[in-house]
Amino acid sequence: MDLNFEIIQNALPLLLQGAGITIQITALSVGLGLLIGMIVGVARLSSIKTVKYLANIYVDFIRGTPLLVQIFLVYFALPILTGSRIDPFIAAIAACSINSGAYIAEIFRGGIQSIDIGQTEAGRSLGLSWYQTMRYVIMPQAFKRIIPPLGNEFIAMLKDSSLVSVIGFEELTRRGQLIIARTYASFEIWLAVAFIYLIMTFTISRFVAYLERRYQTK
Amino acid sequence: MIKISNLHKNFGTLEVLRGIDLEIAEKEVVVIIGPSGSGKSTLLRCINYLEEPTSGTITVDGIELSGEANINAIRREVGMVFQRFNLFPHMTVMENLLLAPMKVRKLTRAEAEKNALTLLTKVGLESKANAYPEQLSGGQQQRVAIARALAMKPKALLFDEPTSALDPEMIKEVLDVMKDLAQEGMTMVVVTHEMGFAREVGDRVIFVDGGKIVEQGPPEAIFTCAKEERTKSFLSKIL
Repeated sequence: MDLNFEIIQNALPLLLQGAGITIQITALSVGLGLLIGMIVGVARLSSIKTVKYLANIYVDFIRGTPLLVQIFLVYFALPILTGSRIDPFIAAIAACSINSGAYIAEIFRGGIQSIDIGQTEAGRSLGLSWYQTMRYVIMPQAFKRIIPPLGNEFIAMLKDSSLVSVIGFEELTRRGQLIIARTYASFEIWLAVAFIYLIMTFTISRFVAYLERRYQTK
Repeated sequence: MIKISNLHKNFGTLEVLRGIDLEIAEKEVVVIIGPSGSGKSTLLRCINYLEEPTSGTITVDGIELSGEANINAIRREVGMVFQRFNLFPHMTVMENLLLAPMKVRKLTRAEAEKNALTLLTKVGLESKANAYPEQLSGGQQQRVAIARALAMKPKALLFDEPTSALDPEMIKEVLDVMKDLAQEGMTMVVVTHEMGFAREVGDRVIFVDGGKIVEQGPPEAIFTCAKEERTKSFLSKIL
């Protein structure tokens, strides 16, 4: 079987554009996921029972159901409740960040729990409020420890974002499908798509390794 | 200064403190001794609410402990020094001393730094201001921890076995700092196994066992002619 490089060459601009959109969804989702995850992660450790249970339900629901189903829920089921159609881009970001938030919440919870309780006691005994202790004492230490798992989550999200192609959102995978529908060159295009994903994930993992080295000294 | 009445603390079904009444005067140095598991650390930790009392009242400097706002008010006035130092490892020595005065007392950086340098000089560590805790020995870390507590200008200091995690050759440098503080008139409550310190620096020694104050009095009286059998038997094992 011969590879038709011309097809790849012609498809490349469209695919790279799709890759750009993939990066966009991933960055936005992980960014929002970080925010959700930080809040929910702290909530899971709350001494207020209601807060803790709500956070537990969220994390259990998201981790216990497939992302694909979550995307369908946001895109198809939500409009039935609200009565108006939802933009695929919004749906994609919403589903991915809610999903990512649950995993990142667990990462934060583990990170915070790994910090010695004596640190909290020292902060509180100096008169710092709970929030100040979290912000100045616990989080800076926890953050360094969770850089590696956060990097993994970013890579996982980048790959999983291919699932939003099912609601017609034109990221990298969807672009590939559309080009194949026109050219029938499935082997070449999927190979190119795979390679572009690989370059992106490899770059991220190198970057995370760099961050890890940089923060290891202190 | 500190008034504790009928303090009880349970961990689940375990009664750790069973009715403690204790008054500590200003400038007094009170040393709490007792076997492990006697509740002495728990008693100390109740004073600044690191442990929530099950029942009883604690008043510090006229403020009664109740509710989050009061707790923070008391914690500002009562410093604590821990067995394992608990310095913030991601901050330099100087930053450790600046955090609470700037965030809680709202001092400017310049004011807080000036104050911090004075305190570091006092504990003999002004040259280590820019070092990180992990670069210091245990004794140095504990001296920084004392300076950090002092940076809040507390009215009283609580010491929870401050020398128990130290190598023997470093105990003296920490005790010397504590001795200086006592001479300057700091109100201190010290849980320790250092009987020499209790004898020399303490105004009053309190023997706690089974969650109750068994006996208390001036160090000489406790160490030489304890009245209670339990006190005698404890002291005979450690002296």
